[in-house]
Amino acid sequence: MILTLHDYWSEHGCLILQPYDMEMGAGTFHTATTLRALGPKPWNAAFVQPCRRPTDGRYGENPNRLQHYYQYQVILKPSPANLQELYLGSLAAIGIDMLKHDIRFVEDDWESPTLGAWGLGWEVWCDGMEVTQFTYFQQMGGFDMKPVAGELTYGLERLAMYIQDKDSVYDLAYNDAGVTYGDVFLENEQEMSKWNFEIADTDSLFDQFRKHVAECENSLSAKLPIPAYEQAIKASHIFNLLQARGVISVAERQAYMGRVRDLAKGACAAWMDKHGWAA
Amino acid sequence: MTDFLLELRSEEIPARMQARAREDLSKLFTAELAKAGIATSAIVTYATPRRLTLIARDLPLETAAVSEETKGPKTSAPPQALEGFLRKTGLTREQLVDRNGTLFAVTEKPGRATAAVLADAIPAIVRAFPWPKSMRWGDASASTESLRWVRPLQGIVALFGEEIVPFEIAGIASGAATLGHRFHHPYQITIGGAHDYVEKLRACHVIVDHDERATLIRDHAREAAAQAGLELIEDEGLVAENAGLTEWPIPLLGQFDPAFLDVPPEVIQLTARVNQKYFVCRGADGKLANAFVCTANIAAHDGGAKIVEGNRKVLAARLSDAKFFYDTDLKVPLAEQAEKLSKIVFHEKLGTVADKVDRVAKLARWLVEEGIILPGTGRGTGEAGGGGAPRSAASAENPLHPQPTADGPPPLAGEELADLADRAARLAKADLVTGMVGEFPELQGLMGGYYAAAQGEHPAVATAIRDHYKPVGQGDDVPTDPVTVAVSLADKLDTIASFFVADLLPTGSKDPFALRRAALGIIELLQKNNVRVSLGLPASISMARVAGVVSGAEWFKRFDDLVKARHSAGDPMNKDEIERTLEEIKARGRSAEELEKFGKRAEIAEQKLLDFFADRLKVQQREAGVRHDLIDAVFALGGEDDLVRLLARVHALQAFVTTEDGANLLAGYKRAANILKKEAPSGSPAKAGAQGLSGGELRESAGLDPRVREGTAEGEQETLSYTPEPAETALMTALDSAEPRATAAITREDFAAAMAALASLRAPIDAFFDSVIVNDSDPAKRSARLALLERVRAAVHNVADFSKIEG
Repeated sequence: MILTLHDYWSEHGCLILQPYDMEMGAGTFHTATTLRALGPKPWNAAFVQPCRRPTDGRYGENPNRLQHYYQYQVILKPSPANLQELYLGSLAAIGIDMLKHDIRFVEDDWESPTLGAWGLGWEVWCDGMEVTQFTYFQQMGGFDMKPVAGELTYGLERLAMYIQDKDSVYDLAYNDAGVTYGDVFLENEQEMSKWNFEIADTDSLFDQFRKHVAECENSLSAKLPIPAYEQAIKASHIFNLLQARGVISVAERQAYMGRVRDLAKGACAAWMDKHGWAA
Repeated sequence: MTDFLLELRSEEIPARMQARAREDLSKLFTAELAKAGIATSAIVTYATPRRLTLIARDLPLETAAVSEETKGPKTSAPPQALEGFLRKTGLTREQLVDRNGTLFAVTEKPGRATAAVLADAIPAIVRAFPWPKSMRWGDASASTESLRWVRPLQGIVALFGEEIVPFEIAGIASGAATLGHRFHHPYQITIGGAHDYVEKLRACHVIVDHDERATLIRDHAREAAAQAGLELIEDEGLVAENAGLTEWPIPLLGQFDPAFLDVPPEVIQLTARVNQKYFVCRGADGKLANAFVCTANIAAHDGGAKIVEGNRKVLAARLSDAKFFYDTDLKVPLAEQAEKLSKIVFHEKLGTVADKVDRVAKLARWLVEEGIILPGTGRGTGEAGGGGAPRSAASAENPLHPQPTADGPPPLAGEELADLADRAARLAKADLVTGMVGEFPELQGLMGGYYAAAQGEHPAVATAIRDHYKPVGQGDDVPTDPVTVAVSLADKLDTIASFFVADLLPTGSKDPFALRRAALGIIELLQKNNVRVSLGLPASISMARVAGVVSGAEWFKRFDDLVKARHSAGDPMNKDEIERTLEEIKARGRSAEELEKFGKRAEIAEQKLLDFFADRLKVQQREAGVRHDLIDAVFALGGEDDLVRLLARVHALQAFVTTEDGANLLAGYKRAANILKKEAPSGSPAKAGAQGLSGGELRESAGLDPRVREGTAEGEQETLSYTPEPAETALMTALDSAEPRATAAITREDFAAAMAALASLRAPIDAFFDSVIVNDSDPAKRSARLALLERVRAAVHNVADFSKIEG
């Protein structure tokens, strides 16, 4: 399936990139999306990104929710006029019959408070299941998009469940020799859920958060947007872990998100600045 | 006469924006027509996810020719004036018309082709369209000035009759071609005009009319349920939303694993509705059935089998998530959850939710211990009915509603009631930290009720946790179970008191903490349950406690310790003692600057709070149809913080003023008040009344002889220096009799009797005005008679400030 998508988007002019080697909550955090979406230069890329969302962990007991899963991300700047048709073409390519399956574009405005970014679009439903997030970015890192980029984020496990007609993600066939997704990832989900929710040392996490913040600022003062951005992503993930541990109150939550947003915005601003692009 | 068709085709328009977009399109189009002087016989608008359409009927081919006249200078005016006018109009002297010595420029504006008007108007409408959220896209978005639309605009059909109205918006040229259904007919269709638009699209699997789609969904969803032997739980919001998500709606019924029915029905319904936009059904037994109805946008080749199967899986995953939350939450006792509330900030200026819970619990207990909430509260009053009544009313509306308590348990003993109210209040907010409420905040209270019942809490506690947010807004059920009433009152009062202490008051249309709704909730709780309480005291107790939290001030904290100590000593403080203690604490606290600030703030806030309640009550009574002048007349008395008593007075007054006695007394009162106003202009009757003055407390500013003022204290006639006229004596006698009767009646809160007593003054007042001259040349007589009238006015003001009453 990933190969089919690679072929399809490569044919449609996308660079095929590799995952970013850091923990992140969504493919959007990949520098190929966040930083490259900024500025006037055209940019078309597709890649797989593993995502970690500690609060979505269910100890491997929910057939449809994971704290670690894979997204397939396509970013096209400027957004082509036929982006919806291109997208539907990719669904057809991976074998979805759209006269048997009910495909729908349901309003879902996207906002990433930690990236200072928002866009309008839809969640794409296939028979009621959200299989893709479809967004026209309007702002990133607090900057207006000039031009607007279109972002497609496919939930790979969900699509696979469709194509393989499985009720549980853990029953997905990983190969033709009987290895399932569960064989590969179930233990990981169980252990990571327990660690995320119960075990992770919060003092250490708070400490790491502070250190990443400091390091981000350090990189910013050296005018190095990419290292600064990496530190912001790290801080963001630590913040997610702290939330899963339930040690951040509602009021503090805003403050922490604001910190991360400031870091990400700072990195974006440094990136714009370095390339000499005006806001 | 010709019809005009406009279709603006875009990528999927959010369902919730479609109705408003139709209205806006119609409004903007009408305005553009009006500007050009074009009339239309009818405008029809349609919306689907992908198109916004307008048809205007019977437009003229051309706009009417207009002759415009501009007045110029007189023929006698200096040449410069003429030159200026010629320059302005661009005409020559010969082209001007001379009418009676004044020059006019007459321009004939020929009619314009309507098509040309439309070609200008539509781009203007599109550019000015007020979408709640709009976006830029594509190559053009390199500039932030590019066209904004709700989603990328893809095509425009603009046909006047059968002719294309040519224009271009952001690179999209108008034409006659559109597309059919995204999957059934993804090809171009050429539209002939307004006459064949709807049917041509229907042939291509698009039902253009949203109302038709809604009807289809409603009817077919019902049918699908009926075929499975079930009854659809109607939901018009869902009908409209699904109509906004489909061009070719096909409702399909599916089933989910009955094991999920262990999860509370509200959770299932909410999961299905909010996350998936499915209807749910009930079985013959009236309970939620394990079935759902989803609305597909295609007529699938396999009859929808795959679609139903897919949707079933999604719902199963969602319900499995809900069940995970439910089962996980159930394992943790609410009391343990409640401990986590100390980590949740209620408001940055007002401490944590745990602080609030502690205050609410204390106040709820106090309300019971003071006998304000009685074990029989909500029972025995005709209006409120039995304790079980509202529950059955709620279940009539929603048969899915659980009933953690059996109907009509026996009344609780006072002490038990206090303990239950305390317990319920301490657990009431615990569900805020549960997984389920985290996922569905709208289930707050309800989930707590379920968890409490399942964890073996007293049924009254479970009910109170479930219902303590009620009433939420007008028309919501008002709780009557005494434990619930105590917690609900205490919670709302604490919220209001807190934000008043923090000086975060509602202003204008802004009420971010819903304090008005909370006040209205309190008013309704008091009324429905006939709860008698002077709100000032519990409000000031709450404020002292809040101030303690806010300032961290020991003196305020000590208040609770004092109350507690006396309570455990078996000698609870009475109201007066509490008031004195509060005063003392405030006074002693003033030694510290911080405390002074909060002490003062609490004092000011208390008055503001009572005014706030008065305002809410006024609004509520006005909405209930009570004459605003009568409300004002009672409120002008001031100083009343028992809302039930206040309302009794308003209602008695309303009954009284419509009687003949009432009308006549009002006439006599007004006459007296007018004379007093004329004779003593600096004295304000309203003010005098507002302070509830009796005849003996006349203000010096009234300009009356102090001798008279003293003399009339007891209505003593012997101080009069002259022989009063019979009618004068009669009025005095009548007052001597009416005043104590009215006062006594008011004391026992029999306002009807108080008004009847006043009505006895009517004849003597009439006779007095008929035969006595107030403005006598003898200043002694004049003063005495004015004082007498003042007594009349004051007597009447015992009941209400009649000067506020109209008519």
